[in-house]
Amino acid sequence: MPCRKPASMDELLREFITETSESLDTVDNQLVTFEREPNNAAILAGIFRLVHTIKGTCGFIGLPRLEALTHAAETLMGRFRDGAEATSEAVTLILTTIDRIKTILDALETTHHEPPGDDAELIASLQAMARDARVALDKASPDAAPAVAPQPEVKSEEKADAGIATRAEAKTEDAKPSESKLAAQSIRVDVDTLEHLMTMVSELVLTRNQLIDLLRRQKDSDFTAPLQRLSSVTAELQDGIMKTRMQPIGHAWQKLPRIIRDLAAELGKDISLDMQGADTELDRQVLELIKDPLTHMIRNSADHGLETPAERAAAGKPEQGTIRLSAYHEGGYVIVTIADDGRGLNTAAIKAKALAAKLTTEAELAKLSEAQIHRFIYAAGFSTASKVTSVSGRGVGMDVVRSHIDRVGGTVDVKSVEGEGSCFTIRIPLTLAIISALIVESGGQRFALPRLAVVEILRAHDSADCRVDRIGETAVLRLRGHLLPLVHLDRLLQTETSDEGHHVVVMQVGSRRFGLMVDGALDVQEIVAKPLATRLRHINLLAGSTILGDGSVIMIVDPNGVARSLGVEALAELQPAEDAVEIAADKTSLLVFRAGGREPKAVPLSLVTRIEEIDVARVEISDGRRMIQYRGALMPLIEIGGARLRDGGRQPVLVVTDDGRTMGLVVDEIVDIAEETMAIDLSSRTEGVIGSAVIRGQATEVVDVGHFLPIALDGAFGLRPASATSPAVLLVDDSAFFRDMLAPVLRAAGYRVTSAAGAPEAFELLRAGQRYEAVLADTEMPGIDGFAFARALRADAGLRGMPLIALSATLSPAEIERVREAGFQDQVAKFDRIGLIAALRGQTTAFSRAA
Amino acid sequence: MTNEDDDSVDTGAIEYVTFAVDGARFGLPVLRVNDVFRPLVLTRVPLAPPAVAGILNLRGRIVTMIDMDARLGRAPRDVAKMAVTVEVHGESYALMVDKVFDVVALPQAEMQPVPANLDARLARLSSGIFWRDDGLLVILDIERVLDIAQEDIAA
Repeated sequence: MPCRKPASMDELLREFITETSESLDTVDNQLVTFEREPNNAAILAGIFRLVHTIKGTCGFIGLPRLEALTHAAETLMGRFRDGAEATSEAVTLILTTIDRIKTILDALETTHHEPPGDDAELIASLQAMARDARVALDKASPDAAPAVAPQPEVKSEEKADAGIATRAEAKTEDAKPSESKLAAQSIRVDVDTLEHLMTMVSELVLTRNQLIDLLRRQKDSDFTAPLQRLSSVTAELQDGIMKTRMQPIGHAWQKLPRIIRDLAAELGKDISLDMQGADTELDRQVLELIKDPLTHMIRNSADHGLETPAERAAAGKPEQGTIRLSAYHEGGYVIVTIADDGRGLNTAAIKAKALAAKLTTEAELAKLSEAQIHRFIYAAGFSTASKVTSVSGRGVGMDVVRSHIDRVGGTVDVKSVEGEGSCFTIRIPLTLAIISALIVESGGQRFALPRLAVVEILRAHDSADCRVDRIGETAVLRLRGHLLPLVHLDRLLQTETSDEGHHVVVMQVGSRRFGLMVDGALDVQEIVAKPLATRLRHINLLAGSTILGDGSVIMIVDPNGVARSLGVEALAELQPAEDAVEIAADKTSLLVFRAGGREPKAVPLSLVTRIEEIDVARVEISDGRRMIQYRGALMPLIEIGGARLRDGGRQPVLVVTDDGRTMGLVVDEIVDIAEETMAIDLSSRTEGVIGSAVIRGQATEVVDVGHFLPIALDGAFGLRPASATSPAVLLVDDSAFFRDMLAPVLRAAGYRVTSAAGAPEAFELLRAGQRYEAVLADTEMPGIDGFAFARALRADAGLRGMPLIALSATLSPAEIERVREAGFQDQVAKFDRIGLIAALRGQTTAFSRAA
Repeated sequence: MTNEDDDSVDTGAIEYVTFAVDGARFGLPVLRVNDVFRPLVLTRVPLAPPAVAGILNLRGRIVTMIDMDARLGRAPRDVAKMAVTVEVHGESYALMVDKVFDVVALPQAEMQPVPANLDARLARLSSGIFWRDDGLLVILDIERVLDIAQEDIAA
């Protein structure tokens, strides 16, 4: 018998409440899963054990009301374990019981006494249900029972129905050894204690930095060795403390299955909640701050996003709506997406509401893209739900969500297609506390660049692998065969400009790489990031400030802001920066050059691997073709668009690589790089020209690189020309431009290509019995788009197994998610020809193996 | 710390820290002022509104410095500056002024509304004025002084 001194009793009670609340959250979750999978023995055993533990502890510290409740619940759970069917009513009853337990616990926490109350009715229901289950069990064949392996220890307990207290005590004592073993491995630490430790470590890091800075000015100091030791210990300490603060994001998700279950019941909807990446870790401070907004957004998706089963059926969707919650790490950030396959945002309603709330005018609205209109949902007090439900739409809406996310330095964005669903993407930093930063100098000022975004630091001098080039107005970095956009930090920040630019910092944000030109790279430091004052937070290029070891204050550059500014520089005057991103996504970087005349011509920059200047004297004639020694191999040269190889001197060549084979397109002059929307005009067609685009107000011929591939590579490189036995692929794209551009590429790779201008045409071909190894489909098409096409294809019994590759304009996480969801196996960016061929090879071999 | 400008004591007088910007005299309730110091190193904030002179480290805290010359629409003058810090919603700001004078206690009853003929730039930042022997004392409304975004639109 344990001693029951009042003092230790309090402590015990507190421990019990904390532990029990946590266990209850878990039970909530597991029960919802259990209802869906009543035969999952592991889940059942888990729930049973939890209820059992709560019951045991109740008896131990003398809480009769709780004990009686949990006992009744446990008995019912025991029936399920014996193989009785877990009906929806039974699960609801147990959930009700758990709610009652929570109410009692809440009171217990404040008053330290069980509140008065009568649970007789609930207990009677539980007992009745347990009896029914027993009867049903007895009727069933005895074989049904061993579905779950009974645990003898608990079995024996159930035989004795009297003397609950005695048994519970005995049980607790039995369990003691294993519990104390657990206790030895983990202890509870007050969050404030951790916070305090964190602050102290931050200060320690600062002080260490100051010491290092002081010492740097003295040579051969006695302090050097101890300081190095201090430094490494500090680093380890910091690392350790950071780890104690990391928690899986699943902690913030624990209550969601229960919430969704209750919501579904309340709203009369059938909702499935799919959670992925629950073990993704982030700082608990950040986690706390995003918990509520996340829950709110999930409620929104269930309430506003998903339709009722009847509405869904009428729209040709499965009656069960799906909310997909996922989390993963990406470059120092946690990306959380909340996607539903509901009705999507109602653009018309948002417009009307925005007008009614006087947030905008008709004239302004007309100029906005759909995505820009969708952003109005973040405006204060904005809610389009016409009726206020008890679930959401209480006037606190996305504006509150956004301000929460803003506070942790995160961003939230929405992509929505009416009738198909919405996907909210939240980016939140892993931690708010200490970051590792590269300190650089630019325009006479020092700046910190978060290390997570820094790929490498290069000296900006010419070498074969790395070179800074100007193409017209735009600076580019040629790095090991890739062209990267290059920006000068001083120009970007409009600080004093110097034309020094000695170092290039190669940075990566998401999948986007770029070069940042700075005057010098100084060192790497651990910095404590401090947010800028509210009045300065609109500056997207700055992420905050920090105090360096010498006491000076420097700005932290936001790599995301820099990346965003890259796509928009040319548009900065026309559009507010944030909105321009959307527009940039529809634009294509074009390399503008002259060949055979004054009129500019262009090719998509992504098709060009390198721009080289060749020495004409080194051109050889081989097999009647002009070739040049290039990187240890002979590269065929093709004069395009009427350009002629000069008689001597140097000449620019666009190097194009396709699946390891390289060719050089000879041009007269490189002019510029432009970001433009291609307005393809197919009326005037000449060989090797796809059409024209308006670049900087001038009509420009767009050269069809694919057309030249077979010409250059035929014979010389053993090209496999498409024959009757070649694998056949179906290319579905509404844009004639892309069809014409991709078909030759596919043919050059040895595929037979059939093109279709839309989903209906594609279906016609597929159903006519044409056999294809794979289907490539554009995601954005008028009428039936790629997603709907994919879903339709997956729903067709005869075509279900067909490999399907999505051609997307962008490869954002949300887009990737949508593409996978729709049933595509793979996805490539529209201009990524190498990726396309690789994806196609992957899918066609997989298909032939499977077939 | 108080959250209102109104820090009246029993006598009905409020103590103000007074300072000068380009010849004009200003006051801030003393209970709102944390520090008075001479700013030495200032870090410019790229792309910030002109009213933000920069940020600096004051005993481990980042302070955002407001250039009162720019805020009042006056030309920048090359004079040694002083700084008066205030805390607003948990953030530290400092006003860069020419000179800081004594703390004066002024009866609330004598505070007058901002005269209609006062310079509009000045009037916008003020919550009231005092007529004193040595001239006009303009009491600043710190929230409005810090409302830089609005100023940028207005400018």
